[in-house]
This record gives sequence, structure tokens and C-alpha cells, in this order.
Amino acid sequence: MNERTGGHRDAPVLDLDAIVDDRNTRIIVCCGSGGVGKTTTAAALGLRAAERGRSAVVLTVDPARRLAQSMGLTELDNTPRPVAGVDGEGELHAMMLDMKRTFDEIIEAHADPERARQILTNPFYQSLSSSFSGTQEYMAMEKLGQLRRSGDWDLIIVDTPPSRSALDFLDAPERLGRFLDGRLIRLLTAPAKVGGRSAFKLFNAGFGFVAGTLTKLLGAQVLKDLQTFVSALDAVFGGFRARADQTYRLLQAPGTAFVVVAAPERDAMREASYFVERLAEERMPLAGLVVNRVHRSPVSGLSAARSSAAAEDLEARGEHELTAAVLRLHADRMQLAAREHREQEHFVSAHPTVPIVQVPAMPTDVHDLEGLREVGALLAGRWRPAA
Amino acid sequence: MKARDTDWDGVRLHVVTGKGGTGKTTVAAALALALAAGGRKVLLVEVEGRQGIAQIFDLPPLPYEERKIAVAPGGGDVYALAIDPEEAMLDYLEMFYGMRRAGRALSKLGIVDFATTIAPGFRDVLVTGKTTEAVRRRDKNGRRVYDAVVLDAPPTGRIVRFLNVTNEVAGLARMGPIKNHADLVNGVVASPETAVHFVTLLEEMPVQETIDGLAELRAAGLPPGGVFTNMVRSSLLPAEAVEAASAGRFDPDELALGLKAAGLADGADAAAVASALAEEIVEHARRTELERQERASLDASGRPRYELPLLPDGVDLAGLYELAESIRTQGAA
Ligand SMILES: Nc1ncnc2c1ncn2[C@@H]1O[C@H](COP(=O)(O)OP(=O)(O)OP(=O)(O)O)[C@@H](O)[C@H]1O
Ligand SMILES: Nc1ncnc2c1ncn2[C@@H]1O[C@H](COP(=O)(O)OP(=O)(O)O)[C@@H](O)[C@H]1O
Ligand SMILES: [Mg+2]
Ligand SMILES: [Mg+2]
Repeated sequence: MNERTGGHRDAPVLDLDAIVDDRNTRIIVCCGSGGVGKTTTAAALGLRAAERGRSAVVLTVDPARRLAQSMGLTELDNTPRPVAGVDGEGELHAMMLDMKRTFDEIIEAHADPERARQILTNPFYQSLSSSFSGTQEYMAMEKLGQLRRSGDWDLIIVDTPPSRSALDFLDAPERLGRFLDGRLIRLLTAPAKVGGRSAFKLFNAGFGFVAGTLTKLLGAQVLKDLQTFVSALDAVFGGFRARADQTYRLLQAPGTAFVVVAAPERDAMREASYFVERLAEERMPLAGLVVNRVHRSPVSGLSAARSSAAAEDLEARGEHELTAAVLRLHADRMQLAAREHREQEHFVSAHPTVPIVQVPAMPTDVHDLEGLREVGALLAGRWRPAA
Repeated sequence: MKARDTDWDGVRLHVVTGKGGTGKTTVAAALALALAAGGRKVLLVEVEGRQGIAQIFDLPPLPYEERKIAVAPGGGDVYALAIDPEEAMLDYLEMFYGMRRAGRALSKLGIVDFATTIAPGFRDVLVTGKTTEAVRRRDKNGRRVYDAVVLDAPPTGRIVRFLNVTNEVAGLARMGPIKNHADLVNGVVASPETAVHFVTLLEEMPVQETIDGLAELRAAGLPPGGVFTNMVRSSLLPAEAVEAASAGRFDPDELALGLKAAGLADGADAAAVASALAEEIVEHARRTELERQERASLDASGRPRYELPLLPDGVDLAGLYELAESIRTQGAA
């Protein structure tokens, strides 16, 4: 029986202190499905790394408001800010991703000023850059690349966007690429680009039809905006793609460690499984799995069955009401713990070599440095409750 | 037939939103059952292509077609529709322009993916268009086909953009048929016939999102509905015990006596078990205190509130009816 992996005998223990202390670790990516605690884990690891002497930056995507405030993040300004209250020699910076600004900066970097202006003021760009479901993932990756290239950081810890599926983080840049290579886009940009006569004719006929229909639906101005946008973006896209490829390779580098976060629930564990498999396919280095918000009991020797039987007995006798209620509470907790344990078993049997660490559910949310410190110690498996 | 008095009499489109994973699909399904109870006809709509309705009612995947999926308590029918934006576009082109073939050609070229990527407003207007069409639809005698429509909507972060189609589309298309279509949708969505309900848990982030979401909704002139607090754990401990524990005044001695009486432990052992259990109680008390604060923040929003219990074994069909019953007894339907 292994305490730290929650009694999954075969699973090795994830030693996050060893990873954080290893100077060769340059990037830690926290990923998982929505709401499982990615942001909390990223921030807690950042603080722990800093307090163990690293100079770390945490790139958060959507921190809970009070957590952000506790790290001194009051606005979305895309700049790493020093976090006050960090003990020890190291230092911690934190930032919140501003996806629109990051997108704007890429455009400015890759297009001449006139073309950049055309793109930035185009209504389709404004819609794409603020609401495309993959933009956040793409921009998180871009920002990670920028931080890494700046060379200012000893350790970069990235949080990933709150998408339903953990895989979105890896898939989104590719999706944006596929979109810009799509047939419709080529059709819309064709008249401007194609020189050969027959090709021109072919495209033109198709274009005429598509354009006709779209004009009918949207009006001529919309179509014109769309075309301007698409061809302008097309011209800078080569640069985009090269950058995304570069960042993707960074994720495969030996200095990178993926920490997959999951809650001990069916859907989250399943997502974690998919993600682990995908990382292997992409040859991206997995550090291990954090099972967050796990319920345990300090009285694990008293089973749910015994506990409820005793409660029933007391209730029948009309004695010790409080004890009966406490025993019911305990039985519920033991049941919950057992259910959570079962949900993790599938993962462990499918991925017996993946190191695991469990983090207990705190009774309250994690929203200050003290809370982060506690979660950090739990992540490292080195937390002992105060006597 | 005469409806009973509920908090949402007169509302015909119930939009259900909330933070991801809080139980939007579950609450939407239970609300549809509750609204249908006693012989009414309700349409439950989903829009994210995830077949959540089929899963929850334990059915094979739903086609793009309104079909009866459940009978409500006391008679009444729940129909379901999984809206696929692709099909909605074909419908739309056919209905308004008789252009089914052109639609297919556009569809082949990936127009919907394209719209989803570059201008989600275009896709949203197709989806909300289909939904509001069902709200407005009348049979040949001029009677409404559905007494109510329940929409399992996108999460809080996207809800205002999703519903405020006129605004979203206006930035891109200032006139033309799409714009007119959006205005028609807006006529329903921004009217008192609509209510946008929020699903939340008693936790910091979903509560904050609910409060922010309500403010955003008001700013956009959309009608806020009720707040459904989901997965509420009943507190087993008497209030005084919780209070004492959260103030650090919980006395394990009485507990030790109780454990002895129950034959679970004796002597020094009983004291040890009691003080370990006391740790559990203190945690429970802190959690309860946090939940009290979250409830207070939700109350401050001034919206009608409903609480739905955490079903210990997850939500099966029987559980869904249980939630529907709870929604009815609280007067939300
Ligand atoms: N009252 C409840 N008691 C127990 N489990 C519940 C309850 N409500 C919802 N659940 C469970 O919580 C999970 C999430 O619920 P659901 O799918 O309805 O959420 P959602 O908000 O629609 O999620 P998403 O954002 O992914 O669409 C499901 O497994 C569901 O069975
Ligand atoms: N171990 C834990 N115990 C208690 N609350 C937690 C724990 N981990 C995370 N939380 C809380 O859960 C909520 C969601 O966490 P967050 O890190 O923002 O998730 P994600 O980034 O995966 O969406 C936050 O309010 C956070 O404080
Ligand atoms: Mg997050
Ligand atoms: Mg859902």
C-alpha cells in the first residue's frame, strides 16, 4: 500500500520536487480537462520552485479572481510581474495571458505596417482573435515560445486554457492551420492569386457560385471584408506556422515536463488517459499525473459499513445523536473515497508506469500564497498536517 | 389546461447556462421534465453536438429531428432536438430561399467550419434561429406547438455572445438577410418570454461566474432567470455542532462516549478515534461555512434560487425524475 499514490500499489510515485529541483527542467506544462485544478497546480508549482531556489515564471490563463489578486495580478497586461511574499533565494513572476494582444503582436511582427493595419481593423480578425475557440490555446503556446526565446527565465510553468478536452491544447494550432489551408479559403483568395488560365477559369466558376450565394446571404460588403481579411492573413500565415512548429518542437525537448492534472472522476480520468496516450504519440515528455481534490479520511480503519451500522444502532436506541450524525458523515466520506479510488484504477491499469501523486481536497478554495504553499507541499508529497 | 402558479409563468424559452461541468445538461433535462409535468409539451434542445441529452436519457444518438424522448409525471411529453449547425444552415437556406442545392455545395466546401472559426456569430444565429423558430411555431389551428422550449446552452463565458446574435452579426453584416434573421431571433431572446437560468455549485469560481454572467446579461438587455445551485450536500450535522467545529470548539469527549456506546471503540482507543473524527468534522464545518458565504453571494444577486441535491450515485433516469420533482416543489416549474 502506498500512501501517496492512494493505495494504487503498482503506480510509481510522482516526485515533483525532483523535477522542480532539476536545473535541466526548463518548462513545465500543466494540462487536463476543465476545472480540475490546472491553474492552481501551475501556481503552486511555481511558488514551490521559487522557494526552492529557481527563478520561475508562471503563465496563467484563467486564474480565479482571488488567486490572481494574491499573486499581484490585477490586470490582463501580458507582462510577467514579480510576486511578493515569496520566501528564500529564488523568485517568482506571474502573468495572465491576454490572448487578443498576443495575436495582435504576432500580426505586427509578421506583416508590413500597411497590411498589419488592414488585418487588425478587419471585423473578421476582431471576431477571430477574440472568440475562436482555439485562439486561446494557440496564443498560450505562442506566449510560451516567446518567454522561452527571451532567455530570461530559468523555469517556465504554463497553465493551459479551460477547454473541455485536454487535447485541445495540442490540437488548436494545427486546427487554425487547417482552417487557413481550407478549400473555401483558397476559393475566396483564388481570383487574386491564380495566374494560369484554366485554373483561373475553374476557380472563377466556383468562386462565382460561392460568391453569389454568400452575397445573397451576407451582402456584398461582408464578402469583400472577408476576402481582404483572408488574403491578408494568408500572406502572413507562413510566419505563423513556422512559429507554431518551433514551439511544438520545444514541447518535445528533454527540458520539458508535462504534468497532467485530473480529478478523481470518470470523465476527468478518461481525459487524462487520452492525453497521456497522445503525449506518447507525440514523443512529448510526461512527468506524471496529479490526481487533485481527492477525499481521504484520518480514520480510514473505520469502514463505511461499520460506521453506518453503528449510526443506525444509535439512532434506533435514540442515543448519542451527535455521534450518530458524525458516523453518517464519516460513512459518506469513506464511500466517496472508495468511489474515487475505483475511478483511478482504470487509469492505473491502463498506464501502470505513469507516476502519480494525489492532492487532497482542501475544505476551502485555494486563493492565497499560504494555500498555494500547502498545495505545493502536497504536490511534492511532503505535507504533514499541523499537529 | 390551466398551468399552476410557478415562478416562470409566461416564459416559453428557458435557456440554461453555467460554468462547464456544473450540471447544465442535467438541469436542462430535469427542467424540461418538470415543465412538461401534468400534460404539457416541451422541447429540449442541445446545440454543442455532444449528444448530452441522449446520454442522460440513456438513448442512442439523437438525429437532427424533433422526437419524443420521455413522458413526464402525470402525463406530458418531452421532445428533444440536437441541433447540428450544418443541418440548420441547410434548413435555413431551404426555408427562406429554396436553395437546398446551393446549401449542400457550401456545406461541402466547409462553410460551417469556416463560419465557426472566423465568425461564430454566423453559426450561433443558425442555432438560435432554429430554437426560436420552435418557440414561435404554431399548428394549423394557430396554437403553439410547444408550451415551452428548454435550451441546454453554451457555458457562462460564451452565453451573452451566443444569445446576443444581433450584436455579434451586426459587426460583420450590417444589412441583408442574415441581419434580418438575427433581428428575428433577438425579438424572442430579448423578450419577457425568455429567461436565462444559471447553474452553479457552492464553490468560489462557479458562483463568481454566475454573478459576472448575470451582470453581463443585464448589460446586454437579456432577461435573467433563476439560479440553480446544483449538487448540494445535505448537512448531516446539527447546526450547533458545525458552528462549534468551525470556531474550533468541538469537544471530542462526547463523541468518545458515543463511540463507546456504539461498541466501536473503548478506552484510550475511543479517545483517539474521536479526535481523528473531530478533524473530519472541522473540515466539514469549514466547507459548510464556505458554502454559507457562497449562498449569501448568490442571494445578493436577488434572483430566485433553487437547490438541487447531490445524488450520491450519479444521475440515472430515476435521479433525473427526482431532480424534476424537486424543481417543481420549489416552484421553478
Ligand atoms: N445533482 C447531481 N447529483 C449528482 N451528480 C450530478 C448532479 N448534477 C450533475 N451531476 C453529474 O455531474 C456531471 C456534469 O453534469 P452535466 O453534464 O449535466 O454538466 P454540464 O454543465 O452540462 O457539463 P458541460 O459543461 O461539460 O456541458 C455529470 O456526470 C452529471 O451526471
Ligand atoms: N486541492 C484542492 N482543494 C480545494 N480546492 C481546490 C483544489 N484544487 C483546486 N481547487 C479549487 O478549484 C477551483 C478550480 O481550480 P482551477 O485551478 O482554476 O482549475 P482549472 O485551471 O483546471 O480550471 C478553484 O476555485 C480552486 O481554488
Ligand atoms: Mg484554469
Ligand atoms: Mg453539458
